[in-house]
Amino acid sequence: MTQLQGLLDTEAIRKDFPILDRLVHDGKKIVYLDNAATSQKPRQVLDALNEYYERHNANVHRGVHVLAEEATALYEGARDKVAAFINAPSRDEVIFTKNASESLNLVANMLGWADEPYRVDRDTEIVITEMEHHSNIVPWQLLAQRTGAKLKWFGLTDDGRLDISNIDRVITEKTKIVSFVLVSNILGTVNPVEEIVRRAQDVGALVLIDASQAAPHMVLDVQSLGADFVAFTGHKMCGPTGIGVLWGRQELLEDLPPFLGGGEMIETVSMHSSTYAPAPHKFEAGTPPIAQAVGLGAAVDYLSSLGMDSIAAHEHAITEYAVKRLLEVPDLRIIGPGTAEDRGAAISFTLGDIHPHDVGQVLDEQGIAVRVGHHCARPVCLRYGIPATTRASFYLYSTPAEVDALIDGLEHVRNFFG
Amino acid sequence: MKLDSMYQDIILDHYRHPHGKGLRDGDAEVHHVNPTCGDEITLRVKLDGEKVVDISYESQGCSISQASASVLNDLVVGQSVDEAMKVQETFLELMQSKGRLEPDEAMEEVLEDAVAFAGVSKYPARVKCALLSWMAWKDATAKALSEAPVPNEEGA
Repeated sequence: MTQLQGLLDTEAIRKDFPILDRLVHDGKKIVYLDNAATSQKPRQVLDALNEYYERHNANVHRGVHVLAEEATALYEGARDKVAAFINAPSRDEVIFTKNASESLNLVANMLGWADEPYRVDRDTEIVITEMEHHSNIVPWQLLAQRTGAKLKWFGLTDDGRLDISNIDRVITEKTKIVSFVLVSNILGTVNPVEEIVRRAQDVGALVLIDASQAAPHMVLDVQSLGADFVAFTGHKMCGPTGIGVLWGRQELLEDLPPFLGGGEMIETVSMHSSTYAPAPHKFEAGTPPIAQAVGLGAAVDYLSSLGMDSIAAHEHAITEYAVKRLLEVPDLRIIGPGTAEDRGAAISFTLGDIHPHDVGQVLDEQGIAVRVGHHCARPVCLRYGIPATTRASFYLYSTPAEVDALIDGLEHVRNFFG
Repeated sequence: MKLDSMYQDIILDHYRHPHGKGLRDGDAEVHHVNPTCGDEITLRVKLDGEKVVDISYESQGCSISQASASVLNDLVVGQSVDEAMKVQETFLELMQSKGRLEPDEAMEEVLEDAVAFAGVSKYPARVKCALLSWMAWKDATAKALSEAPVPNEEGA
């Protein structure tokens, strides 16, 4: 049995996740290593969802009956929990969306319709990076196409880091927005926030950080990040699907125009015009994902009870061990940083010339769930001249024994296609 | 083991030693991708009247998609377009069967090596891999036929 420093009590934790006891393919215990795609949900979150529907279900912010008041209190209570979790200065800066993609699209659309000084138009520039998830590329391509703005990006180094050696040329006086990922979903790289934020602030550009792969795994403090917007999703951090978050600085949320119009986001409506509710409601048109927000609140409680520092330490130990063991596998090439430093717990790799689809299929037969493909980050695959990767990604319930199972599984893959 | 039903020896043989791979002269060319996994194929068809003279291709992808392109080349080159379309339809039927179709003798006669893909049809995520080259061929053939000069059109 491998002894690593800094591990959580996974034996106790795994009892909270009923799905981890699932047997697949004729009695093999599932080894779930696809956490960067979505995490599993603890019983505490499932119970919160159930209890909400069984005891409190009603629409929020309307109706004077007891269920409506309880549902509203639970929904807004979830906002308080998320605000505290990310150290937001105000709860009104937390906007619930359906996922990180919607959060990122929301900012792109706010800026497309904004007045000066935020307006993105043909004389301005948008900056992203080559390691973004498609959800942080396509909305900016759309905005650039619609406004005539120029889309620029930081490239990557051979070892999977952001190349910011030309930062002064990429981020310029023309830059209106810099949007980048805090932790890459394909490379695992943790990016240098401080340097990018400082340069953006120097030229007066706004900063949006995609924290989808950070919020589940490390302390996320929006004040110390120094960004203007932070986006993440609930389902990767033990919460349900259908709930995401956009945090934004209050004065920006006051100044910027709404994107979706509808119920809930208004103050008064006449047939000629409307006035809008203050943030966050201005950006939450229609009936929101109420149960999902309640579930996210329960997820935040669960993560906080373990401690984000402890979760980060656990994953660092597992990642360090996994990188070491993977590098022992013949013909295996890690796509991304080859160490555990400044790196998250998603590790992409190629195995000789065996296609990732085939790797994933043979691993699945052994009960090992990994992700194969381009991970919605196709430019990264193009950059490294590979069609796809196999990705193993770990979480707070992952164990060294699961790393060992992956290594044994890969040996089996090599024999199968050898 | 269930996995062996997908990775039959015939499939692995075609994967390791693909038939007809490489781009050669053709009447039409298409490029198809499988956006979920990044499999790609560039495929050309060469027709002589109604006869499929050559199918040439460059591709990257998993064993299933590579083997499938190789089997396509084997089965279809030398056939008439009508016969080849029937093979394509039969293969499509097999791949969409979700593992419920046991190929009978008539089907085996049409599909030859391609019946080995019956096991793949049980894996929804992999069906697209098996069909990639076949869909590309169908598309390229339609393109070649529509671009071919129509005889006796003069004066019409």
